[in-house]
Amino acid sequence: MAFLEVNNVTKGYEGHLAIKDLNFSIPKGSIYGLLGPNGAGKTTLIRIINQITAADTGEVMIDGERLNPSHIARIGYLPEERGLYKKMKVLEQIVYFGRLKDLSKSEAEKRALYWLEKFDLLAWKYKKVEELSKGMAQKVQFILTVLHEPELIILDEPFSGFDPVNTELIKNEIKNLRDKGATIIFSTHRMESVEEICDFVGMINLSQKVLEGSISDVRNSFKKNEYQVLFRGELNGIPFEPKSVKREERLALNKAVFVIEPDKAKDLITALNAQVEIASFSEELPSIKDIFIQKVEEGKNG
Amino acid sequence: MGKIRLITWREYITRVRKKSFLIMTILGPVLIAVFYGIIIFLAVNDSIGQETENILVYDQSKVVEGKLFNDDMLTFDYASDWSKKDEDSLTFGKYTGRLFIPDSFNLYHPSGVIYESEKSLSVEGKQRINRRIANAVEEQKMAELGVSESAMDSLKTSVSLQALTLDEDGKSKSSSTELNTFIGMGASFVIYFFIFLYGVQVMKGVIEEKTNRIVEVIVSSVKPFQLMMGKVFGLALVGLTQIVIWLLFSVILVGIISVLFIGDNMGSIMEMAQSGQTVPVEQLDALGINSMMMNMVSGFMALNWPFIIVAFIVYFLGGYLMYSALFAAVGAAVDAETDTQQFMLPITLPLVFSIALSTSVVMRDPNGVLSFWLSIIPLTSPIVMMVRAPFINLATQWWEVALSISLLVGTFCFTIWLAGKIYRTGILMYGKKATYKELFKWLFYKP
Repeated sequence: MAFLEVNNVTKGYEGHLAIKDLNFSIPKGSIYGLLGPNGAGKTTLIRIINQITAADTGEVMIDGERLNPSHIARIGYLPEERGLYKKMKVLEQIVYFGRLKDLSKSEAEKRALYWLEKFDLLAWKYKKVEELSKGMAQKVQFILTVLHEPELIILDEPFSGFDPVNTELIKNEIKNLRDKGATIIFSTHRMESVEEICDFVGMINLSQKVLEGSISDVRNSFKKNEYQVLFRGELNGIPFEPKSVKREERLALNKAVFVIEPDKAKDLITALNAQVEIASFSEELPSIKDIFIQKVEEGKNG
Repeated sequence: MGKIRLITWREYITRVRKKSFLIMTILGPVLIAVFYGIIIFLAVNDSIGQETENILVYDQSKVVEGKLFNDDMLTFDYASDWSKKDEDSLTFGKYTGRLFIPDSFNLYHPSGVIYESEKSLSVEGKQRINRRIANAVEEQKMAELGVSESAMDSLKTSVSLQALTLDEDGKSKSSSTELNTFIGMGASFVIYFFIFLYGVQVMKGVIEEKTNRIVEVIVSSVKPFQLMMGKVFGLALVGLTQIVIWLLFSVILVGIISVLFIGDNMGSIMEMAQSGQTVPVEQLDALGINSMMMNMVSGFMALNWPFIIVAFIVYFLGGYLMYSALFAAVGAAVDAETDTQQFMLPITLPLVFSIALSTSVVMRDPNGVLSFWLSIIPLTSPIVMMVRAPFINLATQWWEVALSISLLVGTFCFTIWLAGKIYRTGILMYGKKATYKELFKWLFYKP
């Protein structure tokens, strides 16, 4: 069931359309990667969902209801450009933002302490934000996004500014939140993290949606039937023409790439098996990054 | 409303807790007192920093020779020989200037006087020399008319005028013009400073939130209008806190001063002042106080304090709300503080205009036509009305105050609405150089 539905949403600013007739359907309890080059209209869509700005036409449905101010407390938003009050103390700041999201003071404090402990920031709770390192401030920002246990979490580039250790930490938290039932929209340019944690992706280019689906569906729909084989031995005139063959010294194996017709993979394996010792046989699906670049290029040419 | 209160609380608490607030609250009045103390001191003692000017007089007419009054500001020496005046020229030496009084000069035709100096003469200097010569001439005329010196002295009069105003019952109340002016000017200066100080703080706060991008997070939980109003209210509270602290200070200070300087006699002065009767000078002398002081005290007692205090708070808040909303809009329209100049001008102009007129026209004639209109027009009324407040007789002029306050309330509602529109669009607009045309368009944007 879709938790968030965007139906035919259009929004224009002074003569140009920021988004045009967008349709998205984001399933409940999933991590949804929202992709698109700079200026494609992602921020506008996010702002519409956050009710910072309103759509010209179309509607946004959350959990079956038309978007209304009561939904604000059910959404958590981590903007790309991070902002905290530098002169405010960490705990005080988290509690303040929690209360802006309708939490009671004591509840906000309780949850803030829970998160601070989880992120190993408890010793910093009475320090001003300006005394924190960038990574710590980012963690604080993450805490105040999820403090009110939102059902919909919108994360715009959540990993920027984190070292690999903290990136992993946040990644796990995002997955945890999903497993607890939250729906997460994840906007990023980092394609490898999309493949790693997203269940679904949608892509906007030039104000319009160009792609949507589960990660595997999307990758499969772009596949070029390319297979990679690692083997020992020599290829000698098999019925398939390899695209390339070369020696991988590192692995002490040979590597061949084949582009074949659909449903011929079995035949390829049979043919290979007759000649060489197969170490691995894998289908090369295009990465989300490749698809992204391809779509952006198509947009430029079209 | 709950969210506005929360934002107000944050703005208030973070500012009041700062050390700079404490320092400003204590140091502010001291600095202002020192500042005005120096100005008043210099104004009263205008001889300070001035050297005695020596003037050499060539009096061909012999009318004023030896008769010009000398003091430590201006002394006159007399050259014996008129014919040598050309030879002596430019040998000023110890003289700052030379005064030539030609033969044609006489008591009934005091003209043809020439003053010659290296530095050009100031207006004040010219008046001073003029007065000295005129005095010398007048004295001689008096003597010619047969007025003796003692008769002349007895002509000099100093009148002590006690001003009374009538209240609704036709009862007279004493009032001290000097005190009224002092209180009115003081109140309007405080309002002027606070509008500026806190208005600019609102603007800086908005710019801070905008450049820090905090605003993105906040407007996903509250409406921009709530954010703006919370900030405006929060700073209003900071200002009020400061004023209350100052009021308490001054009450304590007045208490201490009255005990120290007037001491035991305070009780009897208060009694006399309250009775509203004129007190015989002898009685005052016996108590060791002069009539001017008595006048002040009775004027102080007679002032309509509840009205003045309420008016102060109303005009302070009204003026502040009106201007700070505009300051907030400016903050939202720009990306950095350095870009604020062009939008600040239309806001600061009426403020500076009203304080400039307050210290001149309004102060001289608080119930005049210009004063009336300036205290009705909302952009100037918060500052100008406070100068007038001690002079206003509510019994007959209540409608002026009512009209002025209603217009002020209407205007701040309007500026807040206007600012809210600009603010809403501006805070999320980055990297776009705002122009007036742009701001005008923002007024009509859909959210």
